[in-house]
Amino acid sequence: MEHRDLVIIGSGMAATRLVATLRRRGDRRSMILLGAERALPYNRIMLSPLLAGEAEWQQLVTHSAEWYAQENIDLHLGHAVVEVDTVARTVRCADGYQVSYNDVVFATGSRSALPPLAGIDLPGVTGFRDYDDVTRLQQATHRGGNAVVLGGGLLGLEAAVALAARGMTVTLIHRAKQLMNRQLDVLAAQYLQQAITARGVTVRTGFAPRAILGAYRPTAVVLDDGSQIPADLVVVATGIQPITEIAAAAGLQIQRGIVVDQRMRASAAHAYALGECCELNGETVGLVAPIWEQVDVLAANLCGEEKIFAAKPYVTMLKVSGIDVHAMGEQDVSEDVRMLTYQDREHGIYKKILVRDSVIVGALLYGDIADSQMFFNLIQTQTEIGSDYCRLLLAGELTAAPVKARA
Amino acid sequence: MSVIKTTCPYCGVGCGVNVQRDATGVLPVAGDKEHPSNLGRLCVKGSALHETLSEQRRLLYPQISGARVSWDHVLDDITARLQKTILEHGPQSVALYLSGQLLTEDYYVANKLWKGFVGSANVDTNSRLCMSSAVAAHVRAFGEDVVPGCYEDVEIADLVVLVGSNSAWAHPVLHQRLLKARKERGTKIVVIDPRRTASCDQSDLHLPLKPGADAFLFNGLLAYLSEQNFLNHNYIKNHTRDFDAALNAARASAANIQEVARVCGLEESAVEQLYRWFAQTPRTVTLFSQGINQSSSGTDKGNAIINCHLATGRVGLPGASPFSITGQPNAMGGREVGGLANQLAVHRAFTAESITAVGNFWRAPNMAQTPGLKAVALFEAVERGDVKFLWILATNPLVSMPEADRWRRALQRCETVIVSDCVLDTDTTQVAQILLPAAGWGEKDGTVTSSERTISRQRAFLPCAGEAKPDWWALSEIGKRLGFTNEFSFNNARDVFIEHAALTGINSATPLQFDISELSTLNNVQYDALAPVQWPIKNGQGSARLFSDGRFATADHRARFLPIAPQWSQSPLDRDTPLVLNTGRVRDQWHTMTRTAESERLNRHRAEPYVEIHPQDAAVFGLANNEIAEISNRHGKAWLRVRIEPGQHLGSLFVPMHWNDQFAARARVDVLVTANFDPHSGQPELKHASVRVRALPSGWRGLLLSRERLPLTRDHYWAAVPVANGWLYWLAGDEEFNVVSERLLALFPAEPALQFVAPDQKELRSAWIEAGKLEAVLMVGESELVPDPWWLASQLGNVLEKDDRRVLLSGKPSGAQAAQGAMICSCFQVAESSINGAIAGGCQTSAALGEKLRCGTNCGSCVPELNRLIREHVRAPREIAKAV
Repeated sequence: MEHRDLVIIGSGMAATRLVATLRRRGDRRSMILLGAERALPYNRIMLSPLLAGEAEWQQLVTHSAEWYAQENIDLHLGHAVVEVDTVARTVRCADGYQVSYNDVVFATGSRSALPPLAGIDLPGVTGFRDYDDVTRLQQATHRGGNAVVLGGGLLGLEAAVALAARGMTVTLIHRAKQLMNRQLDVLAAQYLQQAITARGVTVRTGFAPRAILGAYRPTAVVLDDGSQIPADLVVVATGIQPITEIAAAAGLQIQRGIVVDQRMRASAAHAYALGECCELNGETVGLVAPIWEQVDVLAANLCGEEKIFAAKPYVTMLKVSGIDVHAMGEQDVSEDVRMLTYQDREHGIYKKILVRDSVIVGALLYGDIADSQMFFNLIQTQTEIGSDYCRLLLAGELTAAPVKARA
Repeated sequence: MSVIKTTCPYCGVGCGVNVQRDATGVLPVAGDKEHPSNLGRLCVKGSALHETLSEQRRLLYPQISGARVSWDHVLDDITARLQKTILEHGPQSVALYLSGQLLTEDYYVANKLWKGFVGSANVDTNSRLCMSSAVAAHVRAFGEDVVPGCYEDVEIADLVVLVGSNSAWAHPVLHQRLLKARKERGTKIVVIDPRRTASCDQSDLHLPLKPGADAFLFNGLLAYLSEQNFLNHNYIKNHTRDFDAALNAARASAANIQEVARVCGLEESAVEQLYRWFAQTPRTVTLFSQGINQSSSGTDKGNAIINCHLATGRVGLPGASPFSITGQPNAMGGREVGGLANQLAVHRAFTAESITAVGNFWRAPNMAQTPGLKAVALFEAVERGDVKFLWILATNPLVSMPEADRWRRALQRCETVIVSDCVLDTDTTQVAQILLPAAGWGEKDGTVTSSERTISRQRAFLPCAGEAKPDWWALSEIGKRLGFTNEFSFNNARDVFIEHAALTGINSATPLQFDISELSTLNNVQYDALAPVQWPIKNGQGSARLFSDGRFATADHRARFLPIAPQWSQSPLDRDTPLVLNTGRVRDQWHTMTRTAESERLNRHRAEPYVEIHPQDAAVFGLANNEIAEISNRHGKAWLRVRIEPGQHLGSLFVPMHWNDQFAARARVDVLVTANFDPHSGQPELKHASVRVRALPSGWRGLLLSRERLPLTRDHYWAAVPVANGWLYWLAGDEEFNVVSERLLALFPAEPALQFVAPDQKELRSAWIEAGKLEAVLMVGESELVPDPWWLASQLGNVLEKDDRRVLLSGKPSGAQAAQGAMICSCFQVAESSINGAIAGGCQTSAALGEKLRCGTNCGSCVPELNRLIREHVRAPREIAKAV
């Protein structure tokens, strides 16, 4: 049996980032990435532009094969891991490949959560998670026709816009009253809906799918009000769920994801988890910034340093079909928080800051993110802002009034 | 490119203006170096004349009851109404109300038509409100309405006493001539004014006397001159009469300095200083103006001043004379023509001999036999229904008359109200049945007379806007339609002028000085080329000074002393109205703003109607700086921005006279003035009303900019400023935030393109954009507003650049830290924030500021304000920094 000092289950963005980070730190241990996908590790965030035809595959690939060779990082791609023995410290892949390890990292990511709908298993009903999905969708767009996208979150919106850009007639179904209801407020969602509509997508919010009709391929989606929307293609983007089966079989503690502590340690010795598959402090994550923080913590710990994951405020940075949306800090308006908003209806710009005791505690920027970093810093440093909040929100300029950081 | 020389249409200094045009229009005007009034200088208002020539707000064609009609039609209609009214109610039922803005030629035809052919002397004028007390004082003392001195006198005097005159703002070019002389030869300047005005800035002594106490002060001076043996006994004996009576009256009311100081509320040392300087300075000019005239005893005050000059023999001598400065560009021309109800013509009163002489000259069939109604009495007659036909030319009495609201009601009930004006929407045009479009400055052709008796040509350099016509033409057409074709067959202004000049020839064999009959032979070319000349004209020469030889225009050639028993205001204070209201001019506006408001930079000096109040009074009445105050009395109320001003007299408020219903919700301050008037001159007491003041509750403040005028009601405070591409409004009120937001948003049908909302702070800012261009901006909130309204105004109508669009609702351009603030130097457009910045950067004198920013280096009118900003910086640099 082969041995690697570090075995990483998964070849997604967290996995790639971890090996690159370790090497950059000068860590020379032997390591291998075990990936279920055949493709070289790539930037999953760019699948939308790829689908829309705005990016080439080569642009998505994070590192070339030569880079892995140079860095002495082994890749074992296209073969899912089927078993992990945390006592013997071995991993076995579907193709029979076995490897022993000093440390194992679960970076298995997540998959589309498919709702229990009639017709959900039909060919032509697909998620939008990986390169294979994109390939399927690209093929579908060649045939043209009607597409229905289920889910008005980031992925659903991106898929819908990309399919529309490729000439399909697209309807987007979203259960909540507003798009991206977990990230945006009502107004921002309205702007977004306008923008998405302007890109040729019919948006129907406040509806849930009841069934997908069709014998061999989908023909229509039935909504909860009984109406039917013709569909040659159905993209399901109603949520993701962490991939935890192998970890569970290995006896690791699982809740929503693979439970890790603040050093990214799973419940067995020498086992770690990272990224969308893990659960830290009761939370799973789906955004890049905190995952990069996890990578840094794990890399440090693997190198023998004591580093604790601390939930840092971060900017939720979204790019929805070309529209930048940044959210940071608190987003809920409470009694002691003052809300200030700015809209440019013609240019599709919406900005909001939340202020408590002369300190910005949250911001939402839609369509104009020029001052994102400044707002983020003001939130981080709890800097007292001057009296001219309007100036700050609109122009990103602090007033001449004395500004001081709180001790 | 030829230069057209003309005369400024604003104050009574009468400055020469050079105008040039090119293909693009009228170029920036320049002062005429050859004109004796200004020798090349212009004040801010004069410098901005070319910015006031827009046709946007002009009255362009005749209207009857709002409908456009032809000139023929309207003239026929007026004639019919005139004839019918005279037939039914007699000639005393018809009246003209004229203006010191009219040219002498307009005045002449009006006066001739009414007093000779209609048969009524009901021809009065807004000059009644301006200097009729000076006229009466001159006539009483000299036998004729004559200003004995000339402008040069203020330059060669050793002492200039400004009484009731803020000449730094109201007559800036003359004041600059005085300051230049002071710099060169150390002229002493004394200012007698309840307020510490801009004129005090470069003065040696300011006497902030109790409002209306001037006659006590000058009576005291006369007594002092006698006491201290400074009388010119020879002069008194040889050239005057009634000295003893005057001295006795003076002693009776102001026996000594202690008494004078007590009554006037002054320091004894200050009074003594004035008296000593006056006594010991042969070359003394006493320059007096509306602060003296606009009083219920203004004539007496004028004579109290003249008494002191007669007692020292200082009349009409180089650098030594009493000097009445008129407010209007042609008040003097009107006086010369006789366009006052109590004068007949050419300085003649209603004596049998004069009526015959003038009647013969005019070949007039219906000579008025008795004086007509003076302004207040005239409007009272309209109110009673005795006057049923009133033709108002070139003035806005519903703004400028005391008790203005009362006359609005009277005019609304009057059978026929005709208004000739160059502006469509004024408070007065709005009550007229008939509107006649008048030629404006630059279109009119004729003459005006300055405060020093200089007759200057106003020349046309533009075609008349629309169907506008000169007023003399419209009046002549009525004369012709009444059947007096020959008597009114004037072809041009020169025809009128030479007839007027010829008429003055009837004075040649009398003691009267006014005689310009030598000009009656001017042909068209000569008239057009007429150079400025001071009347009387003898052997082709003008006359700089009169009465220098001690021979006056009385039958015995002696001047008269008048015994003066000083009177206080006829609007006494009481518990209900405990404050004196004083009214006056600001630096950059003219009269009712119909023309000056066309220039954005002039509007920026004092952009809102305001009330100045002493800090102690402000504390007593609970007013904070920049709040809205309501001042009121039984006549009405006005809403004004508070300016706390340490230079304001305790117990007295100052409010500018300019604002009116076109520019503010309620700021016609003359509404509050009781129509008391001087018994001799009929001049109303516009400098003294009694009022109360309170803070107008205003929970919210707003700023509104729009390319179009907006229909705002008068239920809440607003003040409007015309700006280059639209209107700027300041707003305030006390409604709930949601209510006011809704009300103001409803002014615009469309949804705003840009919107800033801070619901917890109760603040809303919106902008409307059409086809990329900024149409309107609304900012309303319960907290202090910080935007730069002038920058916002400059964006109106613009296609906004990305950066400007981004910052628009923050109210300031990208990178700007401070609002520009008030326009201090209108000439070079230097705003308050730049000046404060330069002061903070080390400029300690107005000269240093001028070097750095150019401010104050053209007309100089802003130098007092530059000095004030420097003083304030020294006093409280930190507070200034905060304000910035």
